[in-house]
Amino acid sequence: MNEVRKVIIIGSGPAGYAAALYNARAALVPLVLAGGKWGGQLMLTTKVENWPGSNEGIMGPDLMEKMRQQAKKFGAEIVDKNVTAVDFSKRPFEIHLGGVPPAGGPPSEVYLAEAVIVATGAEAKMLEVGEEKFLGRGVSTCAVCDAPFYKDKITFVVGGGDAAMEEALALVKHAREVIIVHRRDQFRASQIMQDRVLKDHADKIKVIWDSQVAGVAGEENLTKIVVENVKTQAKQELAVDGLFIAIGHKPNTQIFKGQLELDKKGYLVTRWGDLGNFPTQTSVTGVFGAGDVVDFRYRQAVTAAGFGVMAALDAERWLEQQG
Amino acid sequence: MPAGHFTDQDFEDKVLKQKGVFFVDFYADWCGPCKISGPIIDKLADEYQGKLTFGKVNVDENQATSQKYGVMSIPTVVVLKDGQEVDRMIGFAGEEGYVKMIKKALGE
Repeated sequence: MNEVRKVIIIGSGPAGYAAALYNARAALVPLVLAGGKWGGQLMLTTKVENWPGSNEGIMGPDLMEKMRQQAKKFGAEIVDKNVTAVDFSKRPFEIHLGGVPPAGGPPSEVYLAEAVIVATGAEAKMLEVGEEKFLGRGVSTCAVCDAPFYKDKITFVVGGGDAAMEEALALVKHAREVIIVHRRDQFRASQIMQDRVLKDHADKIKVIWDSQVAGVAGEENLTKIVVENVKTQAKQELAVDGLFIAIGHKPNTQIFKGQLELDKKGYLVTRWGDLGNFPTQTSVTGVFGAGDVVDFRYRQAVTAAGFGVMAALDAERWLEQQG
Repeated sequence: MPAGHFTDQDFEDKVLKQKGVFFVDFYADWCGPCKISGPIIDKLADEYQGKLTFGKVNVDENQATSQKYGVMSIPTVVVLKDGQEVDRMIGFAGEEGYVKMIKKALGE
């Protein structure tokens, strides 16, 4: 039989590693199932300027590497594999890496835990107009990753939040044209980011307001998009080399459907109103949630790390109560 | 032994004119996911030593080769057999994903 762990943490963004750090320092020897592509959304950023105490700024991937090493230093174990299924109806909880095996079939790789912290984060939402097949061939969700490949090219950014502003600013250094397509008549991005786009780069960044991308076309690579005005329904076909999508995120909760309570948008529901007990607890006693998989409001690296610490402390106290 | 490096200058001689299977990793120093894929590719280079050749191409320093292969997102891995592209993976595939590509290329 498999060893039963005190705590398993699923996810390896700021929430996951911060939880691991605290549980490791509490001598719980947490296991982090970090995923093949560990590190979360900060791996797709460049300089992070709002991590308190890091006055010069720090590169997102470097920050995650440091958080990972810090958790390891205090005894966390880290496995870079993807969780494919969970069974939270059993005690100890079962976490599968190769899918739940068919009855009588060979056992899959499974880990057992008394408590689980879910910190699987969120990923970029797609437009769902057929653009997915052009990912890496003209479509991207990460301008800071791919912008240098669009030197002197025509690029579009879809979205109106801070993420979209950041994409546009990453592109402006390389691309010939940057055009933001936004479905409203104003951005919801923070003022400082809006100013950088609309004032500092007014010469190079244009905006098509009240519009959405309704279609894409191309052979091997993306070459055209259809932009539709949402008020007049007027459509225009535009030539494009790069389309960068920044229309928000969706939580990574696919594997928890039917296991944990999720809200309408798929976010993990925790007992946030129940401050007397364990606010980070999910609908299953002993399973806790932290970071962007729960939080659709703040979504910052720092708040995710804070949530991770809260979940770690809740899990620790809960385990103590179990005796 | 970690994977070596190919450049615009030697790609033709060291890769295209050679027989056998080449696993080429297009990367950059500023790319977050490349920080994860790089060490994995070094590890695989060690494990599969003698069976195929691993090499990295820094896209900033070797733009001609990167453009020739239409690299628009990194990491991108291109597998070549006797100088011809036979497989490609855009984005980080994880160790398992890379092993699958290697086995396919070696016909295992």
